Amino acid sequence: MKDVTIIGAGVTGSAIARELSRLDLDILVLEKESDVCEGTSKANSGIVHSGYDAKPGTLKAKFNVEGNKLIHELSKTLDFPFKENGSLVLALEEEGRAGIEALLERGKANGVPGLRILEKEELLKMEPGVSKNAVCALYAPSGGIVCPFNMTIAFAENAVDNGVIFEFDTAVKNIIGKTSEDGEVYYSIETTTGIVESKVVINAAGVYSDVFHNMVSEDKIHITPRKGEYLLMDKAAGDLVKSTLFQLPSKLGKGVLVTPTVHGNLMVGPTAESIEDPEDTSTSAEGLGLLFERGALSVESLPRLTITSFAGLRAHEDGGDFIIGEVKDSPGFIDAAGIESPGLTAAPAIGVCVAGLVKNILKASDKKDFISTRKGIPSMALATPEERAALIASDPSYAHVICRCELVTEGEIKNAINRTLGARTVDGIKRRTRAGMGRCQTGFCLARTIPLLAEALGVDEEEITKSGKGSYYIEGKIKDSL
Amino acid sequence: MADKKADLIIIGGGPAGLAAAASARKEGLQDILILERDTRLGGILNQCIHNGFGLHTFKEELTGPEYAARFIKQIEDEKIPYMLDTMVVDISSSEDGIKTVTAMNPDEGLFTIDARAVILAMGCRERPRGALNIPGFRPSGIYSAGTAQYYVNIEGRMPGKRVVILGSGDIGLIMARRMTYEGAKVLCVAELQPYSGGLKRNIVQCLDDFDIPLLLSHTVVDIKGKKRVEGVTIAEVDENRKPIPGTEVYYECDTLLLSCGLIPENELSGKLGVRMNPVTNGAFVNESLETSVPGVFACGNVLHVHDLVDYVSGEASLAGKNAADYIRGEQLSDGEVINIKTENGVRYSVPSVVRSGHMPDTLTVRFRVGNEYRDTNLAVYLDDEKLMKLPKRVMAPGEMEQIILVKSKVMDILSRSDRSEHEVVIRVED
Repeated sequence: MKDVTIIGAGVTGSAIARELSRLDLDILVLEKESDVCEGTSKANSGIVHSGYDAKPGTLKAKFNVEGNKLIHELSKTLDFPFKENGSLVLALEEEGRAGIEALLERGKANGVPGLRILEKEELLKMEPGVSKNAVCALYAPSGGIVCPFNMTIAFAENAVDNGVIFEFDTAVKNIIGKTSEDGEVYYSIETTTGIVESKVVINAAGVYSDVFHNMVSEDKIHITPRKGEYLLMDKAAGDLVKSTLFQLPSKLGKGVLVTPTVHGNLMVGPTAESIEDPEDTSTSAEGLGLLFERGALSVESLPRLTITSFAGLRAHEDGGDFIIGEVKDSPGFIDAAGIESPGLTAAPAIGVCVAGLVKNILKASDKKDFISTRKGIPSMALATPEERAALIASDPSYAHVICRCELVTEGEIKNAINRTLGARTVDGIKRRTRAGMGRCQTGFCLARTIPLLAEALGVDEEEITKSGKGSYYIEGKIKDSL
Repeated sequence: MADKKADLIIIGGGPAGLAAAASARKEGLQDILILERDTRLGGILNQCIHNGFGLHTFKEELTGPEYAARFIKQIEDEKIPYMLDTMVVDISSSEDGIKTVTAMNPDEGLFTIDARAVILAMGCRERPRGALNIPGFRPSGIYSAGTAQYYVNIEGRMPGKRVVILGSGDIGLIMARRMTYEGAKVLCVAELQPYSGGLKRNIVQCLDDFDIPLLLSHTVVDIKGKKRVEGVTIAEVDENRKPIPGTEVYYECDTLLLSCGLIPENELSGKLGVRMNPVTNGAFVNESLETSVPGVFACGNVLHVHDLVDYVSGEASLAGKNAADYIRGEQLSDGEVINIKTENGVRYSVPSVVRSGHMPDTLTVRFRVGNEYRDTNLAVYLDDEKLMKLPKRVMAPGEMEQIILVKSKVMDILSRSDRSEHEVVIRVED
């Protein structure tokens, strides 16, 4: 019998796992994909929102502001890339001024620090790349950008270092509430790999969180997957602007953001489309065209330097807010459902909250030997000459370049494979090290990464996949089908 | 102080770097160092096991590795030093003209080398899917043609068995034949443009001979498959390259190869502050193939994408010779400066400027046109005086064109010209 089982190893599940690992509990995370960060967490804006957007009094507002503060600290203790670059909400016509002022008031009510309105002159001085059509902007200095992959991975790795177990390629099929002989409620979780019994279940299943909630509760919830498409541009476009540029929602719609990423690319997105299929992460010609058109409104000139495009799904619950807490008619079943924007920012705060609930339910005590810090994978690209020399001295394979676009070396890739919760797939390597994230998009490094993975995992190259079962790269030897 | 010193550093040991090194040595330059990131010399030629190389240079038909071997032998015979598995990570130029190259490899770690001259010969990379804005899912099974070529020819492994190819660049055409030879079914090659991006001979020998259809004015509008490619949808495009609704055809396949253009790999050039040509994505160079940074030369596909390796070798030999001249400190007066302007269908030229004082007796100017032209002329003017008008049956973007400027003729016109700024104009005319 597990103390706690978390369904979903996205940023929410991983953040909860990490906070729970402070407690003396037996914790399991079930994930249907073959790595952490495979769903909503891998395809979003990577923004650490300051918190002016959500309606005061909502869970979104509360956890956003708290999460923002936590990420500032956690990025240091858990060593993941984060930058407080500040964000700007642009009014692109005079009619927008009232909207900007309303956002300022909302942000103040939510407790967002440092908010103020910039008039055109000051705005353009601060961000010369911004469209000259901008009338004014709300400036939120605490807004930031984060690597969503490495933040999730950092939470998960630290959780594992503190004893949490992650089971990948394990999908939950059914959950049944049961009562033990001594009257304790527990859950029997039927998975694709067997039955798991657990005193507490945490539902962090993203676009599937309604499915699991509804298995145990009569008080039904309903999630609509909302697709957001993105364009990612070359690093040559990365210094177009320093801040994250939002557009004030207008008659054109919610607007798209233009932002540098924490790694120095430029990103434009997202679109917003309600869809049915929770697996449909395909992009569309209309979406990609629209992004370019709308994104171009925020800046003087948006370069055509797209290196990749992608789509992610947000879990929108009908009520419009996060659903966090113990399900009323199912004691010990805790929802972290409907986690859409600002979910990435909110995740660490949700983790703290849910861990608090569990501690109460299970009367758990703190672990004495909790490891609070985690060291990330060194980056040759970011290292100083002295650090580079030291890394190479520690292992000469740090001088062997595998990904030329992002300057990722064999040493980093081996590190990514061999560490806690190491990479098992090419995408896993990519998200941990950035190999393949550059302008050639794996054209050069793919054939060099696959052998490293195969060797480290002790399998043939044919076994190596992009992202788990079915996503193989190699179809046997030449002449096999002759 | 740098860890090492060399008169000339050549970045890249592919066809361009090898020819540049051999030529610089022929000019008597002793202190040369080639830096190559792969574990062997030869660059992309190593995976180009098809024949058709060397018809111009050696008057015989060689495979890629054979062609490379001819140059590697010269390097070995001449004992020109090279470092393998060595990646250049930084490069800078100081006021006294010394270039400092920072490189690393597993044997020597991180080190710096001071050089008097540098030849950029880093080659190019393939345009990825993202740059093409192809919508759909992002499964495995989407490869650049070059990656597939590496798998088949170097690793002996098949990246897929039922293949659609987007883009009719030469590597894509070559891979259509290669994959067929190895047991794959190549369903078609779709090309967005109304003309092929590759050489005519490759279309005949790699597609026509195997009954592989070439769909001009077609593109991929959707990719299906969440884990591995399951199929692609191809549609016809209109004259604005926009898909025409209703023309979609679904092809069930497990692999999509992309051969949609090559991009010179100029990260290092950027670090040096070399002035770049937005048309070629390569450096602007003068008649000596010298970039805007004195003592830094460029040649091969890092300068502009070539169609034949023979032209790469020729161009690189010139760069090697000029770098040797530069290091010897030959003092020539620049003479008159002639800008080369391209217009009316001619997209760019290499070089883009000629200093008459440095001009050899004959100077080859290479360029590409931006569209397919039939029964037109290539006209060249110098200061409004016609230098030549060459009838051309066919010119296409996939094939590089060239003209030869004769110094005596150029000087003759310059002596008569009263213009303060001289200009060669290359254009397509009826």
